Amino acid sequence: MATKTTNQKAWLFVIPVVLLVAFNAVIPLMTVVNYSVQETFGDNVFFWEGVKWFEQVLQSERFHAALGRQLVFTSIILLVEIPLGIAVALTMPRKGPWVSVCLVLMALPLLIPWNVVGSMWNIFALPETGLLGKGLNVLGFDYNFTRQPLAAWFTTILMDVWHWTSLVVLLAYAGLCSIPDAFYQAAKIDGAGRWAIFRFIQLPKMKRVLTIAILLRFMDSFMIYTEPFVLTGGGPGNTTTFLSIDLVKVALGQFDLGPAAAMSLIYFLIVLLVCWVFYTLMMKDEVE
Amino acid sequence: MTLILKDVTLNVGAETHIYPTSVELAEHGFNILLGTTLAGKTTLMQLMAGLVKPTSGEVWFDGKNVTGVPVQKRNVSMVHQQFINYPNMTVFENIASPLRVVGMERSKLQKRVEHIAELLKMTPMLGRKPNELSGGQQQRTALARALVKDADLVLLDEPLANLDFKLREELREELPKMFEHRGCCVVYATTEPMESLLLGGHTASLHEGRITQFGETEKIYRKPADLKSARVFSDPPINTASVSKKGARIVLNDEVSWQIHERYKDLADGPYTLGIRPHHISPVKSTEENVHIEGKILVTELSGSESTIHFDIGDQAWVSQSLGIHPFELGARKSFYIQTDKCLFFDISEQLVAA
Repeated sequence: MATKTTNQKAWLFVIPVVLLVAFNAVIPLMTVVNYSVQETFGDNVFFWEGVKWFEQVLQSERFHAALGRQLVFTSIILLVEIPLGIAVALTMPRKGPWVSVCLVLMALPLLIPWNVVGSMWNIFALPETGLLGKGLNVLGFDYNFTRQPLAAWFTTILMDVWHWTSLVVLLAYAGLCSIPDAFYQAAKIDGAGRWAIFRFIQLPKMKRVLTIAILLRFMDSFMIYTEPFVLTGGGPGNTTTFLSIDLVKVALGQFDLGPAAAMSLIYFLIVLLVCWVFYTLMMKDEVE
Repeated sequence: MTLILKDVTLNVGAETHIYPTSVELAEHGFNILLGTTLAGKTTLMQLMAGLVKPTSGEVWFDGKNVTGVPVQKRNVSMVHQQFINYPNMTVFENIASPLRVVGMERSKLQKRVEHIAELLKMTPMLGRKPNELSGGQQQRTALARALVKDADLVLLDEPLANLDFKLREELREELPKMFEHRGCCVVYATTEPMESLLLGGHTASLHEGRITQFGETEKIYRKPADLKSARVFSDPPINTASVSKKGARIVLNDEVSWQIHERYKDLADGPYTLGIRPHHISPVKSTEENVHIEGKILVTELSGSESTIHFDIGDQAWVSQSLGIHPFELGARKSFYIQTDKCLFFDISEQLVAA
């Protein structure tokens, strides 16, 4: 057997990636890690604190409350947007001139920047002047999202559904379009009903894209910041203060860099863990 | 039990997909729809099944007019070219699905599925899911689904096209046996003339949305009604040339003419289109009756024991297919021999006049 030549030059090819990852991930992350285990009063003077900030964050009721709100928000978002997205995708035409019209209409909300969406909905929902706010009040609903927690939640969720359901629709639609006609014919021949076609053909065939849709919507809604910040500013009170808004309050409002860094890391690990669990569960069948 | 199409047409928008078609399928053996891609085989099957409603005309089955009766209300099964199975059901559940829909009793269903699985050699795979199977096994599952219910009409739409060669041969042999003792009408679509000959039964040759001819496969091959049918039913393509009959001679061009074979002596004088199948032209002389023709070699395809030679006879290219290896050089002028008793003569309107 010929001996392999050993050659270290191959490492050169890896350097660009190493540098890129180092600068946009590892170094910032390590800075955060650095802050999370120390106390600083400025002037680059640091005191070692160990896991104190982590313990403090994990035990703080404020963090629990924000995490709780975040989980409730994300669950509602997934429960609304995924079925709604699938339903809309199912009603979209598969052929003809309306296809492009529908696709463009669907893509529109996705093109609008987050802060614009927040401002738009803020104006739209104002109880005295906004179309939605005024309209609801005229119809007899006592609606004021700047004062009522329930109304604030309702508006925030409605805004996110408006902004992001399209993403689920487009992904689900792509999944549906990839199903050959022969599948529907076969189902028709078997005498399968509408529900059976959905359950046994469309849903399994959409599984991959839906996995992606759920992951994306989970990550995005779990890390949501700009839209609720612009719309409600986390209020009324703390009722729409989600994790990211709380984090910014701690880091920039109170300038508690240590606890904020610890919170960031915990936040990051939660997102990573949940995504991993999701992905593993949903891909279980595929790998066999 | 048989299926009859009466002047069935199908227009989609301004396009005509099926021109008026009338055919009465044979009760026994396979009914083969032979035609190139886009000839309308699948569309015709969809019309037969009731998946698509004809624009005009009637579909009769077993003495009843079933035009417009949707497929769910008829006892039809179909196998497609792609392997169509329910992705998240096991093979057992897939095969059982048509029986579940009609609500068959558990023990009876179990027995039936197992019997069909045995027949298709799928017993060890019953617990698996379609994406864990090979292409051949997936198609067997689809075939099993079609066989498990006692359908009156079974439509097989190029079921073997996506399988590898060996599996195709194997299944091609098994398929007619599976349907032998069932009282159902079987329709089988294919693009390959060879497949049609191997399966036997009856053949309908399809060309651009029309059935050009229907009858016993063998007869259609021997006596294609017109040039189109002959073209559909020949692979490699049938050789054609304009010839004229003058007295007792067939004249191809200034250099080539021959004494007409006595089989065709009743042919009137005049212009004809000559059709001659590739395996009736050979680079080797077999009898004294052979007509000699010269051609410039264009392509030579050697496949094991056969040579397919494309050559230029002046104004067009012809193909010769013969036993033996003839590694001719490109561009060389070589001699070929036509079997003059195997000619097809078509008149100016492309109808067969002598074969």
